[in-house]
Amino acid sequence: MQSKVSSIQKTAVPALKGFEWRNYIVYFAFVGVLIYFSISLSDEGFLTSGNLLNIVRQTATISLMALAMTFVISTGEIDLSVGSIAALSSLVGALAIQAGYGIIGGLIGGVGTGLAVGLINGLLVTKVAIPSFLVTLGTMGAVKGAAMWVTDTAPVPIVDANFNFIFGSGDIGPIPVLLIWTLVFTVIAHILLRKTSFGRQVLATGGNENAARFSGVKTMKIKLIVFLATGLMAGLAGLLYAGRMNAGRFSFGEGDELSVIAAVILGGTSLFGGVGTIIGTIVGSLMIGTINNGLIIMGLDVSQQMIIKGIIIILAVAFGKKALKR
Amino acid sequence: MEQPILEMRGINKAFNGITVLNDVHFSVKKGEVHALMGGNGAGKSTLMKILTGVYSADSGEIIIEGKSVSIKSYDDAQKNNISMIFQEFSLIPTLTVAQNIYLTREKKTSLGMLDDKDCEKKTEKLLEELGVDIRSNNVVQNLGVGYWQMTEIAKALSQEAKILIMDEPTSSLTKNETEVLFSFINKLKAKGYSIIYISHRMDEIFEICDRITIMRDGRYITTEKCSETDLDTVISHIVGMQFDQAFEWKERSYATDVPPIFEVRNLNAEHVQDINLKIQPGEIVGIAGLMGSGRTELLRNLFGIDPIDGGDIYINGQKQSIKNPKNAIEAGLALIPEDRRMQGLVLEHSVKDNMILPILSKVKKGAFIDSKKSNEISNEFVRKLNIKTDNIFKKAGLLSGGNQQKIVLAKWLANDPIVLMLDEPTIGVDIGAKTEIVEIIRAMAENGKAILVVSSELPELLALSDRVIVMHDGKIKKEMTRREIKSEEELQYAIQGF
Repeated sequence: MQSKVSSIQKTAVPALKGFEWRNYIVYFAFVGVLIYFSISLSDEGFLTSGNLLNIVRQTATISLMALAMTFVISTGEIDLSVGSIAALSSLVGALAIQAGYGIIGGLIGGVGTGLAVGLINGLLVTKVAIPSFLVTLGTMGAVKGAAMWVTDTAPVPIVDANFNFIFGSGDIGPIPVLLIWTLVFTVIAHILLRKTSFGRQVLATGGNENAARFSGVKTMKIKLIVFLATGLMAGLAGLLYAGRMNAGRFSFGEGDELSVIAAVILGGTSLFGGVGTIIGTIVGSLMIGTINNGLIIMGLDVSQQMIIKGIIIILAVAFGKKALKR
Repeated sequence: MEQPILEMRGINKAFNGITVLNDVHFSVKKGEVHALMGGNGAGKSTLMKILTGVYSADSGEIIIEGKSVSIKSYDDAQKNNISMIFQEFSLIPTLTVAQNIYLTREKKTSLGMLDDKDCEKKTEKLLEELGVDIRSNNVVQNLGVGYWQMTEIAKALSQEAKILIMDEPTSSLTKNETEVLFSFINKLKAKGYSIIYISHRMDEIFEICDRITIMRDGRYITTEKCSETDLDTVISHIVGMQFDQAFEWKERSYATDVPPIFEVRNLNAEHVQDINLKIQPGEIVGIAGLMGSGRTELLRNLFGIDPIDGGDIYINGQKQSIKNPKNAIEAGLALIPEDRRMQGLVLEHSVKDNMILPILSKVKKGAFIDSKKSNEISNEFVRKLNIKTDNIFKKAGLLSGGNQQKIVLAKWLANDPIVLMLDEPTIGVDIGAKTEIVEIIRAMAENGKAILVVSSELPELLALSDRVIVMHDGKIKKEMTRREIKSEEELQYAIQGF
């Protein structure tokens, strides 16, 4: 048996030789970014535990959306509407609380809003067969418009201290509540993608949709579910924004789709579908958060951050494409 | 007599009133490799599509292990233990061998999680039984094409398939991979699986198959044991006695005392080696060869689609540097590709827009397209090539296959090339349009063009060519003037490499 194995490795799998360093590039990059900022910003307190926890807080919303986005991108689709959903959900949640429906009411309002938009996205992609890029480009605009229109661009303050604690500003001992949210959903998403038949079918759908269908995968159902998932997580992210800022606001989540997609692609999920990794996504997300944080401390403004994020996305996809051609 | 595992009786099928299968019989025994042969359009693939539920027969009966069955979908076919081995298309490249084989049929742990260990164990066992040299956790896209096929076969067998259909399974395999596949097929045979083997390669068929069924023009011709027949008999059954007036060769004359208008010297590329080729003005050269012999690849190299590793191309004695199709067009080359729907036409655009696409610079008036001039040119071609369309503004996709092919021809004629290369110019075209296209190609040669035609339809190749080049494994194996070729059988022999 042993000899058979060695002959197999020689004959059948020449392509597997060597270390696939590309799969781990995000980890090296993340460490590199940390070291760079630690040294260059050592005087500004980058490496203090306070600032590191701050990075986790600032990144939680991106991380949650990126977890769900990993599934969408793994099926070969994309969801550009997440940022707009977060904005609308924060407002709907805040309005529900303001109207006296309590934390549960706010949760249902915010998450329900996300699910509703996700359902619309999913149905348009699967039933009407419009490319997801166009569908979500449309809903991105429409939902953003809705968010501006509900309160005529006015923010809605949230005075419910419990809500604000659970959904953002709270700390349990030294641990921010937002870190707990992130950890719990990371574990769930990782298990879903790696260990369940749902995750396997997500990867199959993105790897070769026809083949997946011929193997009995209900690819349309899978796609519908992943769009519901991004809707759900974007809705939750909206509530986390609201909890952290003690208000619902139409400008929350603006430009988040860029950060979210960058995190997923940087993490090693293939934009062409079929390959996805949750751990990579979380590291990608933390890296984006770290870069944002470092750039702010360095004194760069939002516009400069956007430029750098845009460049990162393009570089990440360029790497992915090279590997695909191989 | 032993009962066959599969019997198809009296199968009839017509598309739009045109009969494509006429009372076809086909029967496969348990544990045999059964070749299904016939020329293009003989009805092999239609028959197999009926067996796998893609089409349904107009009449006839499918009997599996003595029971009459109804197959309306690929699912039905699988339920009846029939599996088609697709080439490369039915696997998920990013998943492992085991994940592919048991996709949607994975065992779950008590927590409802996927039990990958179980899948891998079962897959290892299956692969070992079949003697396939790959590991269950290899990612499919890292495996060679030959192993994709074996993974597919393993998948089919894990779903209880007993009858496997393989369509030109070796066309994308190297010689070594083919040998591995054949020893694999022999193992399957010994285990009692039945294989329907579709191929044009006779050497392979005589090597691997037990019996041959031959079809021609939608009819069943004969079934013979490989051990009791020979190449001559098989070729004569495939070719038959049909003689098509339209495809009669006309001896043509062209200038032989002038320098060649097109010349290729020592061309080497990924799929072709040592190609030397000269074409006189007005000469039609045909390229014959099996699928994968490098015919199409050569045209793609000449036209600058795929890069060449070395060699020179001369047009009118001038050395050309062709790095991309734009260079090629400027040098006076034109390529009419095999898959016109994919590569030759913009189906959503009008007849006219398609025709003027390569000559936009010639019909421009300032920054705009001169609509009067472009309409004139388009109308002229519609008339000249007898394209059947209401007007030049109709969408190309709404025309018949033959007329679409004529638009592709017009598209390149408008550009007035020096060398015209055609890949399977009449594939999927009805017989009337075929004759017309043959005439158009001849007329272009009469105008002094050099013509290079690739075709698997030997009658067509023989009707057109002044000279025929036979390719095999990327090399020119034989060159014959048309006069030297006595019959289609002789050319068949040359193509098969005998």
